Amino acid sequence: MTAIVDYGVGNLFSLAASFRKIGVETVVTGSREELERADKIVLPGVGAFGDAAEKLKSSGLDRVVVGEARKGKPLLGICLGMQLLFEEGLEFGVHRGLGLLRGSVVPMREILPPQLKIPQIGWNRLIFKKESPLFRYTEDGAFVYFVHSYYASRCEDSLLAVTEYGAEITAAVGSGCVFGCQFHPEKSGEVGLAILRGFSEL
Amino acid sequence: MITKRIIPCLDVRDGRVVKGVNFEGLNDVSSPVTLAEYYSAIGADELVFYDITASSDGRRLFTDILRETARNVFIPLTVGGGINSLDDFERVLSCGADKVSVNSGAIADPSVVGRAARRYGSQCVVLSADVKRVNGRFTLFAKGGRVDTGIDAIEWITSCVRDGAGEVVVNSIDTDGVREGFDLPLLAAVCDAVEVPVIASGGAGSAEDFLRLFRALPKVDAGLAASIFHFGEVRIPELKRYLLEEGVNVRI
Repeated sequence: MTAIVDYGVGNLFSLAASFRKIGVETVVTGSREELERADKIVLPGVGAFGDAAEKLKSSGLDRVVVGEARKGKPLLGICLGMQLLFEEGLEFGVHRGLGLLRGSVVPMREILPPQLKIPQIGWNRLIFKKESPLFRYTEDGAFVYFVHSYYASRCEDSLLAVTEYGAEITAAVGSGCVFGCQFHPEKSGEVGLAILRGFSEL
Repeated sequence: MITKRIIPCLDVRDGRVVKGVNFEGLNDVSSPVTLAEYYSAIGADELVFYDITASSDGRRLFTDILRETARNVFIPLTVGGGINSLDDFERVLSCGADKVSVNSGAIADPSVVGRAARRYGSQCVVLSADVKRVNGRFTLFAKGGRVDTGIDAIEWITSCVRDGAGEVVVNSIDTDGVREGFDLPLLAAVCDAVEVPVIASGGAGSAEDFLRLFRALPKVDAGLAASIFHFGEVRIPELKRYLLEEGVNVRI
């Protein structure tokens, strides 16, 4: 059973449906026990870093997610859920993240040429930086769907893939059992489903 | 680099896909769920479902179809039609929509754009504007293009983006159904005014029209059309191959 963390952030309908499509049972839950019982955890999220980090913290689920990941349970953060895996986020002030991965989440505006629109909305290519079981069924150069204004910088060894949007932008990260996608695999057609399958088979 | 998006629009009434020519004379095309799966499989980058149902029974049917679609189609899904309040946003988002397009509802109550953006994020709020030239001025129309609001369309779009609309669908009533190409002067004016993604709608009759759009206006992010796709007059895989050969960056 894969648990999708429900902490009041974002729309989990498509995410649950996409796992169902690849034959993986999920539970959408905000319960500590269910997260502890699950084989894998998916941390979704849309909105602002600070709000989401605060909601996760006030629900007490931040410690559960970190605790389970430290025990070796596979964890996948998606979009803002990926950003929360890092040490800090600089969106409307400085906010602490879960600190499972090294690096910080910063505005794209600082590094992009001014003519590029922010947020980046649309389909862009994955450029692999490192082999990963997440991409077992995915080819270098495959298209995935992005919606974001901030990106993870100084990811060091955890950088798995980038995308080119005026600069190299972090697209996927992974270290040990902790993974993250800046893009939305549940909105990236067959490519996205293949990435979720890669995670499900960890 | 990010690709230009090709977006089929499905007008849905009483559970079936329809398409109006100049918003009149509707005729039945196909089942929304089947058509959505088909479009996703052949390379549509996104889908728009537009609910033109008037009755509450029809509206329930629409949300059932939306839910069924979102269970089977894994590309971004925008829903519009009958969006007047945050309750309407909630209703379609909870059935699997990713973005919500607001048109007449924002004209009736402009505060809905900002309130929706604060609650769901700008990425979720799409402003759809029906625009027609009146005495040479781009003018905003409401109620599916039937009512002249007298509002300057460019000022309207600019103010909604300032309030938090994250994307704009610009539908030209002058070119809609005419099939002689998108309304490039209108789209150029919108692109000059806002920095969010702009989706061109109304007037596509051929693959060449999409090429002219993306060549003339590099700031346009996507082209939207309905009947030419539904009737198979322009096929999406061929359209995208053609655009790629002509140097437009698309997802294949």
